[in-house]
Amino acid sequence: MLAFVIRRLGLAVMVALTVSVLAFLLLHLSGDPAVALAGEGARQADIDMVRKAYGLDRPLVVQYVDWLWHILQGQFGTSVYFKTAAGPLILSKLQTTRILGVSALAVALSISIPLGVVAALYKGGIADRICLAVAVLGQALPNFFFALLLIMLFSISWRILPVSGSGTWQHFVMPAIALGYYVAPAFMRLIRAGMIEVLAADYIRTARAKGLPTGKVIFKHALRNAIVPVVALAAVQLGYLLGGSVVIETVFALDGLGYLAYQSITFKDYPVMQLIVLLLSVLYVLLTLAADIANAWLDPRIRVT
Amino acid sequence: MSDSDLVLDVQNLRVDIDTPRGAVHAVRDISFQVRRGETLCLVGESGCGKSMTSLAVMGLLPRAARRSTTRLAVLGEDISRASRRRVNALRGNKMAMIFQEPMTALNPAYTIGDQLTEHYRHHRHATADQARDRAVELLEKVGIASAGQRLGQYPHQLSGGLRQRVMIAMALMCGPELLIADEPSTALDVTIQAQILRLLADLQAELGIAMVLITHDLGVVARIARQVAVMYAGQIVEQGPVSELFHAPRHPYTEGLLACIPVPGRTPPGTPLGTIPGVVPALMGELHGCAFHDRCRYAMPACLQTIPMHEAPGRQWRCIRTETHA
Amino acid sequence: MTVPTSPVTANAPTPTITAPAGNLTWRRLRQNTALLVGGGILLLIVLIALFAPWISPHDPYFQDLAYRTAPPVWYEKGTWLHPLGTDQLGRDYLSRLFYGARISLLIGISVACISGLIGTTIGMAAGYFGGRVDMLVSFLVTTRLSMPVILVALATVAIVGGSLWVVILVLGFLKWDRFAVVMRSATQQVRSLEYVAAAQSAGASTWRIVRGEVLPNVVPHLIVIATLEAASAILLEAALSFLGLGVQPPLPSWGLMISEAKAYMFFSFWLIAIPGSALALLIFAINLAGDGLHQWLTPDDKA
Repeated sequence: MLAFVIRRLGLAVMVALTVSVLAFLLLHLSGDPAVALAGEGARQADIDMVRKAYGLDRPLVVQYVDWLWHILQGQFGTSVYFKTAAGPLILSKLQTTRILGVSALAVALSISIPLGVVAALYKGGIADRICLAVAVLGQALPNFFFALLLIMLFSISWRILPVSGSGTWQHFVMPAIALGYYVAPAFMRLIRAGMIEVLAADYIRTARAKGLPTGKVIFKHALRNAIVPVVALAAVQLGYLLGGSVVIETVFALDGLGYLAYQSITFKDYPVMQLIVLLLSVLYVLLTLAADIANAWLDPRIRVT
Repeated sequence: MSDSDLVLDVQNLRVDIDTPRGAVHAVRDISFQVRRGETLCLVGESGCGKSMTSLAVMGLLPRAARRSTTRLAVLGEDISRASRRRVNALRGNKMAMIFQEPMTALNPAYTIGDQLTEHYRHHRHATADQARDRAVELLEKVGIASAGQRLGQYPHQLSGGLRQRVMIAMALMCGPELLIADEPSTALDVTIQAQILRLLADLQAELGIAMVLITHDLGVVARIARQVAVMYAGQIVEQGPVSELFHAPRHPYTEGLLACIPVPGRTPPGTPLGTIPGVVPALMGELHGCAFHDRCRYAMPACLQTIPMHEAPGRQWRCIRTETHA
Repeated sequence: MTVPTSPVTANAPTPTITAPAGNLTWRRLRQNTALLVGGGILLLIVLIALFAPWISPHDPYFQDLAYRTAPPVWYEKGTWLHPLGTDQLGRDYLSRLFYGARISLLIGISVACISGLIGTTIGMAAGYFGGRVDMLVSFLVTTRLSMPVILVALATVAIVGGSLWVVILVLGFLKWDRFAVVMRSATQQVRSLEYVAAAQSAGASTWRIVRGEVLPNVVPHLIVIATLEAASAILLEAALSFLGLGVQPPLPSWGLMISEAKAYMFFSFWLIAIPGSALALLIFAINLAGDGLHQWLTPDDKA
């Protein structure tokens, strides 16, 4: 097991480094970043000054190493737009996005587990088809459109939830739903498949032979075994949630990392933008690593790879 | 024998299974009874319907199967059309079942103790401590040492023989009056087989339980049962006390089965082992006449009509012949 | 199979392609409601997109200032002149809807093609050469999967400038991972078959074998993935355009239409409802058809 963890850790580090290179290079996509940083209508003198100030006249490799070195030391640079240190700025938004991510996952699971269980119990029947139809429909709705619909319903018609901002827990309800519903179908399919397999197992028959109530058989005995692959899927979906938070936070003006990403991109705040891309990617690498390790712990056969 | 001794009364049990190609008649109109303190063995080869019978009695048939019966009474109560809640109240409580594969019959995610006590606490509303004490008591009764420690172990930490003992203890937790054992020793090593059977016999003698034991092994029948019912192609072809049946079988199939077994000390060396020519008929479609007639060496044209069960005191057999085939 | 079993790759479909494709019977096709319904709706949308210039009542860019934010015909103040109403600049919504179909379909098909090309090439190379090439490709896939697509797309578009073709290229260069994984495992499976070795010893070039054995069997599965990626690309473009960093006005991208109508949605709900529903319908049709296609190709799949 230890050898496996070390191998995976090594892979994760290499991936993270590659991602950092890509995040760094992002800035240089448009050709001359000095031009972009100097802004529109800047004169040549201004551009040259910017170039010198940001050290953009040095070789790329040097710039990269310098940038990475600063990051590893905890010096994250300054936000061009917000005029404040980039590190604390990002950190302050992290909490909001974390809450959003977890709530969205909770929404997804609270939809998908009941639907998945019902679909498995009535496999091939009407309930099963309905659940699968709901799954297909759920994935057809664009999340920003769904978000707008939620706003129309809860904020405008019923007036029970605030439209935007991030002060209270009510501010998180609609964003969590809008973000979470999209990943629910994938979980539902997985739970359905897992339950179908588990329900055919011998130990379920034993549980029924003991006269246990149906609810206990399903939830205590069956679901407990069927839920295992959901762990791995949760990590994959977390990647979507991280990305999707950009759109959702922007729609709801929820003051999190995604909204900050959007702002930094729109206002051409390149230092912050690079940092966010790097941060989210590294976060995702870590999550995938954790899921890999969890998987290997649950299923010893994977440890050989 | 009074009816208060009658623990299980099955009349005209039918089980049909729906398949894409038509209905399979797995169990065709069988009837049997089991009394307190008695062991009835259901014997037959694979596919004869004995397992289906046990599942039908317990109400554990797969979804594609349909059961019909004129009477299915446990302890005098007809449960053939009872509500699920009523059946659940009886299962694990008054009637219990142990299965063939101890390796897969226990949930790998929970401890032995948890699985032993959960239905006891449900049926008896017992506290955790009461349940625990009872579990320890039963584990010791089935011959498991250091029972207290075992409670905290997981199924994968136990061997097959131990797991089967745990299954037996689990079945006995609520003090059932009917125990159905579906090939309880088949999946175990030969040496363990004998132990498990001995255990079942002792427990029955001590607790006075009515037991239905399903097996394909006539040796098991001889060892443990008092009554035996021989099944073939979904029907009971012969039924009666073990000693009588073994010494004087009435149905040609029973005769054939017994002839297959060499008896040390009696069968002369060099005798070719007996076989029954032919194959078991498919269970789809209606049955015309005797199911065994194409393999029976006494077959006659009259065998193609429906054969009623021939009744004699304490004996039944489904054959138009009445001679003994010793 | 020594596939890096990070859950991301483990969740990608790994079809066994050695089963002959003789199960594709017309009878099963006729019974496949998912494929028929989904494919039917899709065909309808494609036809609308193709014939948009001929069936649209107006020029989608023409601003009819006398009829700004006119409601659709089923409202009180609606007229048949603009059956689905107009937007805040007076542009006919029905026409914009039809032309928007072109954009969405163009995005879906182009991205699927580009990413498909990249992915299958990389995947085949990995499966065929094995060894270092395989390790490199697996590493690339893992790296690519670590970067949230929408964020990278947003950043790229912001830096390079937004336009239809930028979006197509960015998405095309990001969404090749599933193609690569499937192609890789398919190629690996074929390579390990005995008759490949037999054919090799008989002198057939390995490339011809791979082309002859792998491609015909894996193409159906690639098509299924292509539908998934197309749907995903359409949604991504809609999200990008919604955020203002995708297709630029005055193009009638459905996502852009929703974004432009956001401010007016309280009073003129149809302005977001119509393009939103159109998007949902298109994605639904693609997913349904993809599901149906998958069922048609793998008849013994229990899922």
